[in-house]
Amino acid sequence: MLTLGPLGFTAPWLLLGLLVLPILWLLLRAVPPAPTRRRFPGVALLLGLTDSDSQTDRTPWWLLLLRLLAVAAIITAFAGPVLNPQKQTAGTGPLLILADGTWADAGDWARRIDRMDAALADAARDGRTAALVTLTDLPPEPPVFQDAQAVRQRLASLTPAPYAPDAEALAAWAAQLDGDFDTFWLSDGLARDSRADLLAALERHGTVTAFESPQPVRALRPATFEDGAVSVTVLRSAPGRATQTAVTAIGLDPAGVERRLASAPAAFDAEATSATATFDLPPELRNRVTRFEIAGLRSAGAVSLTDDGLKRREVALLAGATPREALDLLSPLHYLRQALSPTADLIDGPLADVLLANPDVIILSDVATLTDIEAEAMLDWVEAGGLLVRFAGPRLAASDVSRSDEDPLMPVRLRVGGRSIGGAMSWGEPKALAPFADTSPFAGLPIPEDVTVSAQVMAQPDPTLASRVIAQLADGTPLVTRKSAGDGAVVLFHVTANAEWSTLPLSGLFVQMLERLAVSTRPSAPDADELTGTTWQIEEVLDAFGTLDRADTLPGVAGEDLASARPSATLPPGLYAGEDRRIALNVTDRDTELAAAVWPARITVEGLDVQRETLLKGWLLAAALVLLTLDILASLALSGRLRGPRAGSGAAAGVLLTLALGMTPGDAQAQDDTFAITATSDVVLAYVITGDTRVDEISDAGLYGLSNILFQRTSIEPSFPVGIDIETDDLALFPFLYWPITADQQLPTREAYGKLNRYLRTGGMILFDTRDADLARFGSASPEGRKLQAIARGLDIPPLEPIPEDHVLTRTFYLLQDFPGRHPGRDVWVEAAPAGAERAEGMPFRDLNDGVTPVVIGGNDWAAAWATDQLGNPLVPVGRGQAGQRQREIALRFGVNLIMHVLTGNYKSDQVHVPALLDRLGQ
Amino acid sequence: MTDTPLSLRSGAETLAAPFPPLLAEAEHLAATVLVGDHGRRRAGVGDTFWQYRPAQNHDGLRAIDWRRSARSDAQFIQEKEWQIAQSVQLWVDGAASMSFASTKDIPTKAERARRLALAAAILLLRGGERVGLAGDTLPPRRGEAQLTQLATLLSQDTDSDFGTPEASGLLRHSRALFISDFLGDIETTEAALTRAADRDVRGALVQVLDPAEEAFPYDGRTIFESMSGSVTHETLKARDLRDRYLERLAERKDRLATLARATGWQVHTHHTDAPASAALLWIYAALERRP
Repeated sequence: MLTLGPLGFTAPWLLLGLLVLPILWLLLRAVPPAPTRRRFPGVALLLGLTDSDSQTDRTPWWLLLLRLLAVAAIITAFAGPVLNPQKQTAGTGPLLILADGTWADAGDWARRIDRMDAALADAARDGRTAALVTLTDLPPEPPVFQDAQAVRQRLASLTPAPYAPDAEALAAWAAQLDGDFDTFWLSDGLARDSRADLLAALERHGTVTAFESPQPVRALRPATFEDGAVSVTVLRSAPGRATQTAVTAIGLDPAGVERRLASAPAAFDAEATSATATFDLPPELRNRVTRFEIAGLRSAGAVSLTDDGLKRREVALLAGATPREALDLLSPLHYLRQALSPTADLIDGPLADVLLANPDVIILSDVATLTDIEAEAMLDWVEAGGLLVRFAGPRLAASDVSRSDEDPLMPVRLRVGGRSIGGAMSWGEPKALAPFADTSPFAGLPIPEDVTVSAQVMAQPDPTLASRVIAQLADGTPLVTRKSAGDGAVVLFHVTANAEWSTLPLSGLFVQMLERLAVSTRPSAPDADELTGTTWQIEEVLDAFGTLDRADTLPGVAGEDLASARPSATLPPGLYAGEDRRIALNVTDRDTELAAAVWPARITVEGLDVQRETLLKGWLLAAALVLLTLDILASLALSGRLRGPRAGSGAAAGVLLTLALGMTPGDAQAQDDTFAITATSDVVLAYVITGDTRVDEISDAGLYGLSNILFQRTSIEPSFPVGIDIETDDLALFPFLYWPITADQQLPTREAYGKLNRYLRTGGMILFDTRDADLARFGSASPEGRKLQAIARGLDIPPLEPIPEDHVLTRTFYLLQDFPGRHPGRDVWVEAAPAGAERAEGMPFRDLNDGVTPVVIGGNDWAAAWATDQLGNPLVPVGRGQAGQRQREIALRFGVNLIMHVLTGNYKSDQVHVPALLDRLGQ
Repeated sequence: MTDTPLSLRSGAETLAAPFPPLLAEAEHLAATVLVGDHGRRRAGVGDTFWQYRPAQNHDGLRAIDWRRSARSDAQFIQEKEWQIAQSVQLWVDGAASMSFASTKDIPTKAERARRLALAAAILLLRGGERVGLAGDTLPPRRGEAQLTQLATLLSQDTDSDFGTPEASGLLRHSRALFISDFLGDIETTEAALTRAADRDVRGALVQVLDPAEEAFPYDGRTIFESMSGSVTHETLKARDLRDRYLERLAERKDRLATLARATGWQVHTHHTDAPASAALLWIYAALERRP
């Protein structure tokens, strides 16, 4: 092998071929490009014309250079060039291969295994013994050096662990080391306190070489919830370029299938080691998120499990109708709002809407009666697991609800009136609360001194009453009662939700009570006290690669351990379930910072990549191919074959070049902009592309013909019509869509329906044309009609009626009563006039002043009647003879009226025009 | 691709179908004019009703229209409109230069020229005119049979590179239609037109050109050959010639126009990539136009 700097050649003798190049230069130079022979009748006119300057008939130097470069590239390629040819260096003595084996290794574990394999292979070749140790899975004894080939067998079963090495165990293990050996340390790249000690210990036995991936390690901190948005912080071990990382939220969809729910970018500044991705998710979606992931990174650090801390309960608040514009502080919901808004998502609205949203809790504040339908729906919701919390109030006290019979939506029967204590007209003091019983959900909550109740509704004494009371006053009267119904429960606070009847809503106890009732969510991180003495069962365990597994067989974990939040072999990261809540343990916590490992200068730190031999043959051959392709194009251009009527071969070469160079067509965004600018700089009529070539051509020609007529006859000056793909194109740019229906066209997707409905609602018009002249029978008679029905099912179409005589379409430009296309007029349907529109005496039409009809539906095949070619000749025959001409003319007039209607709305419906119209109508 | 007489005929019929029969205006009542159906807007010999007039002394009894006279006391004569027919003679260049088409998508100039000529002939014949070929091969006649003959004769090619207009055998005071590319020697055209003017023949020149002949989209080292290969011209830089070529072409068109103005003819340039009906419409108007 011949070596020149970093280049080596496997067959250097072939390089002698380069000597041929000068000869080739002379040969090629002498042969000019061949002339083209062209038949051309106009040659008679050319006779006698001479070339103005005599161009050389030799090949131009740059073309020669191009060809010589290509030949040189080929010759060099076959000489077998190699970049970085390998030079072997052999070591001696035992080799200890040490891998950190933490989650940070998992991202490029396969490459690490490769690297270890390469090191072991080298050791085997040099006859060295070797040992393999991962720091997260330390053997109890010092390393045993074996034949390197035998150690290689173990590589395949080596896996990283989702936690950091234990410093104490590491120190103990390091103390056991003896003998001389070299160490080969595959570091995960993260700074760790234990590293320096271990390094010192290893260096006492031999040289240490460290290997590290140049890629910074990335990890996710647990998600936090602030101000209605979830933010997830991405960490990296070393600052570097300003980059973006996509963070994905993953969870179950309503069908129970796990999928990506949302994605947000986290943008690193150049010098920053952390960046935050913010997810602004609707509560329904947010509650379904089970974990966040750094997209495309396979490591436990890239996965952040979420627990109850992120879930927020949805609470619907309803109050009885407020009779006056009350002050905020008197609002029956004010204190509830204040108490709940930090920890729950609040829903407002009428009960029917609220039930559709299926909230976790509904709070009725002084709502006495519900309609039967509402009550039934509410009961269904409660039995399906909802929690209904009711507050009493003057209205409830005055009503007959749950008076003689127990209302299913009330926990107890109520006595008439209620009672008032400690007021001006009553004896006694306002009552304080009695301590909570042990069986009550409020057990253990401290009761502030100043919480007093001055009025309440009273429960009817009842055999079941005692078991339903969960809080009572000092005198034993129930304050809060609860009963379960189905899977849910109904809770009644016997006082108001504002401070009118008691001071309870003013106290912190109120918030705690709501929390205990699971109305609001508890603050996320439980403290160590809370966890003491509890046992947690791990539900799902996270491995170092960031995949979740069921973990039913693992033993329970003590709450104290969990409180430390340090994952270890006995406490793997994952999701832990307690009695009533779940806690996620991630490899990182809120305060984790990642820092790159720092190695002393004496240690050689190599990148993970071995400098591998790179064969350049393929690249050189590809370069030669590109050069030769360029040569084809240049030769064609020189001999004039790239231009001119028979430039087919040139074009083919162009295509070839495009393919060869892998060019991509222009930026999609730029194309979008161009499209939007073209569509909006003029009035543009648009049609929906059906996929049937003939129909699309006719639509295009039809709108072209109509545009021409509009240009000639009216002040509307449209530019060329465009075809619209309703799935991808922006409809909002077009005032008018022509939609021919074919029997086999695709139904729009859900997104397309969304766009279409938005388009119809915001003033766009669609002309549906079944082209079968049969819509008068409303559709079902023809396949197109049935297809139209299928398409229209998803559209927001108002009630329709056949165009009435006085519709504004009959007079926006021409006075028309008939709307033929290629087929003479059957009924054409438009939005129905509002009921009760009356024609005033002496007026030719009703006073219908609102709106442009969003759809016009017919089957007269208008586009065919409008269609012309570029020269204005009609493309499709209409009718027979003069009558046919007339029908085409009327069809065009209908088109003009339609576009006028689209663009001017109901301007002609204005009664101002009545005198002029009357005049023209000859009355 | 050469037309067979049959395909040429059917193509021309299709082209002529949308036009009402063409009535060429007879310029003079001359020897060539026979009784045909050109309304002269005056009473005379003919088929169509012109007017009723009171009978005069010199009118024979047989001339009296009894049906009209019975409705009043006086006698009436029914007069017919005076009608005449015109002769139109065609010359279509069949030389090799006409068989050029720059791309596969457009017809050759010859195809287009023949189709136009025959379509015009069909219109003229329908209008009652007499149509023939310039020269001695086919004198003007009426009727469907003439069409078949025309189609046959029009389909023949000649060997020469450029065509020479045929001005021999033109009937005096008749009409003529010459269709060619007029890229050959302009002198021959000049001679033919002068000769025609001498015989008081008016008509129309249609210059059929290929779009490539108008645009000269050539580049690089090129040898240009005429269609039969007899004339060649070599250039190293075809693009340089373009402006001068276009200048010469414009000069040629200008020369034709001047010539036509002097002789009372009309000129039209037609490109093979444009629809034939536009050119036919022009021919229709040119032959119909009153002087």
